[in-house]
Amino acid sequence: MKILVCITHVPDTTSRIAFVNNNSEFDSNGVQYIIGPYEDYALARAVELKEELGGSITVLHVGGAEADPTIRKALAIGADDAIRVNAQPEDSYYVAQQIYAIAKDDSYDLILMGRESIDYNGGQVHGMVGALMNIPSISPVMQLNIENGVAKITREIEGGKELIEVPLPFVAGCQEPIAEWKIPNMRGIMSARSKPLQVVEPVDSDTMTSTLKFQLPPAKGSIKMIDADKVEELVALLKNEAKVL
Amino acid sequence: MSILVFVEGDQGKIKNSSREAVTYASSIDQSSVVALALGSFEASELEQLGTNGANSVLHASSERLNEGIIQVYAEVLTKAMEECGAHTLVLAKSALGDAVAARTSILSNAGMASNVVALPDLSDGFSVMRSIYSGKAFAHVKLKGANRILILKKNTVELKTNGEPAQIVQFSPELNQEGFSTTITATERVSGEVLLPEADIVVSGGRGLKGPENWHLIEDLASALGAATGCSKPVSDMEWRPHHEHVGQTGIKVSPSLYIAIGISGAIQHLAGVNSSKVIVVINKDPDAPFFKSADYGIVGDAFEVVPKLTEAINASK
Ligand SMILES: Cc1cc2nc3c(=O)[nH]c(=O)nc-3n(C[C@H](O)[C@H](O)[C@H](O)COP(=O)(O)OP(=O)(O)OC[C@H]3O[C@@H](n4cnc5c(N)ncnc54)[C@H](O)[C@@H]3O)c2cc1C
Ligand SMILES: Nc1ncnc2c1ncn2[C@@H]1O[C@H](COP(=O)(O)O)[C@@H](O)[C@H]1O
Repeated sequence: MKILVCITHVPDTTSRIAFVNNNSEFDSNGVQYIIGPYEDYALARAVELKEELGGSITVLHVGGAEADPTIRKALAIGADDAIRVNAQPEDSYYVAQQIYAIAKDDSYDLILMGRESIDYNGGQVHGMVGALMNIPSISPVMQLNIENGVAKITREIEGGKELIEVPLPFVAGCQEPIAEWKIPNMRGIMSARSKPLQVVEPVDSDTMTSTLKFQLPPAKGSIKMIDADKVEELVALLKNEAKVL
Repeated sequence: MSILVFVEGDQGKIKNSSREAVTYASSIDQSSVVALALGSFEASELEQLGTNGANSVLHASSERLNEGIIQVYAEVLTKAMEECGAHTLVLAKSALGDAVAARTSILSNAGMASNVVALPDLSDGFSVMRSIYSGKAFAHVKLKGANRILILKKNTVELKTNGEPAQIVQFSPELNQEGFSTTITATERVSGEVLLPEADIVVSGGRGLKGPENWHLIEDLASALGAATGCSKPVSDMEWRPHHEHVGQTGIKVSPSLYIAIGISGAIQHLAGVNSSKVIVVINKDPDAPFFKSADYGIVGDAFEVVPKLTEAINASK
């Protein structure tokens, strides 16, 4: 089983989001970066599948050298090797083209991604890569098992789930509870240092979108507190003031 | 030049979020909105899309399209764009819509934006405002190229309901066999419930509820309000509630008119899923719970006492 896991390098989920240079750039000052939580699930499941079925795990990231510590963490969790495409991830289309360029020659049985990146929240790259490779793309995937070359998948739908069977290879956008997040252990961290991290230059590709500027949401007004013994007051406020009932 | 809107059903009814997408498209150009429905639907249900702003409905009624196979749907959407000469495809955010649209963007060579929260700005090309960083910020994004796809967040426009019924046009694209190598073997959908991402009011419970046996408090309040129920991540991790109710950064992102949070502390990862709600009410016994900082109305008190009283007061006010 040859598995490719595509990871992002994103601000920690508790980060304060701010912009600089006239709202044209993200303010990374003091921000901690992590593997995207959805890709952390994908990677954890990849490690379990490798334990069960054998094979290898390659992690892939499209981005600059600042992501190398994040990639090393993925190696510490259990990936065997890593590839970084040395380019700024301009938009989903551009990223998908870079992943496609790597994956098309390397016959992976399984390409695992997160359901969405937590910075851009596109939920797009897995579908784009699936279409470029002309193989199925399935998201959001909550469970993934492989039996005799066929994957059995549980996919979340609104208000429930569906069970899917799909032949390998395919692309999956993963989410919980596909696996428990794995914390790297000491041995993993030590061995990650010597695992191969290959840096490759990007292929030429267009972008389909460009970001003009960023904006923060308006600040919340001040809260109105209501006495716990006077819940009817809350009902009246929701009706007459907020007009949501 | 028409705008195509992919509409989805749930248990035979067109989803409200899809109707909003139709209204959104008609706000861009009210003369050329074509709604696209796949699989079996009653004609009356489709005609009604006209009231929301559709000029016509393209209906691919093949039973083979009753199941949402992502690859198959993407091919049909691409063919439908060609069929009606549409350069713009609009749809509502959903588990299926997101996955289908991403593939379609490659097949139709379209620039794409998801989580769109406002009408496009056409003053210089085509740009939209979209939510990023899990609702903590917005980006203004220009879509390049001749074609584009927009996925809308809920509550982006006020639903229009005063249009004329729409004409239905049959559409029978050739279905490529390849996509059917993916098979959907079973579907489990909790029937009758208000769908969380569709709901106009959401009542959510957290670890403060102490256990699944107390969820009747949440459910009673929700049913008094006609609301959907949600929960925090630990609650679904402990399997007190099903995963599809989990709200937040790593769960469902909701944007209802009213969000009521009960016994939830208001961790930043939870807020990321609810911060685009119009009005937030927090009920928590701890006056220092961080959630109060992001709320519009708050009650400091024990959920086990406050919630039954609130349910009663809502029923009494009807
Ligand atoms: C990468 C990552 C992603 C995450 N994603 C999400 C996510 O998507 N969604 C999410 O929700 N969380 C998420 N979390 C978890 C999050 O950080 C919090 O741990 C979680 O939201 C806390 O859930 P809670 O508020 O139910 O529980 P707690 O933090 O334990 O809070 C319980 C609250 O109930 C109150 N309470 C107790 N008893 C009563 C009573 N009788 N009446 C009234 N109030 C009472 C307490 O005062 C307290 O404020 C994520 C965490 C990480 C690290
Ligand atoms: N720069 C990137 N490098 C590698 N994988 C990525 C990158 N951006 C997105 N992905 C993958 O694509 C998934 C969906 O991302 P998005 O479409 O941005 O929401 C993520 O969860 C990742 O698995």
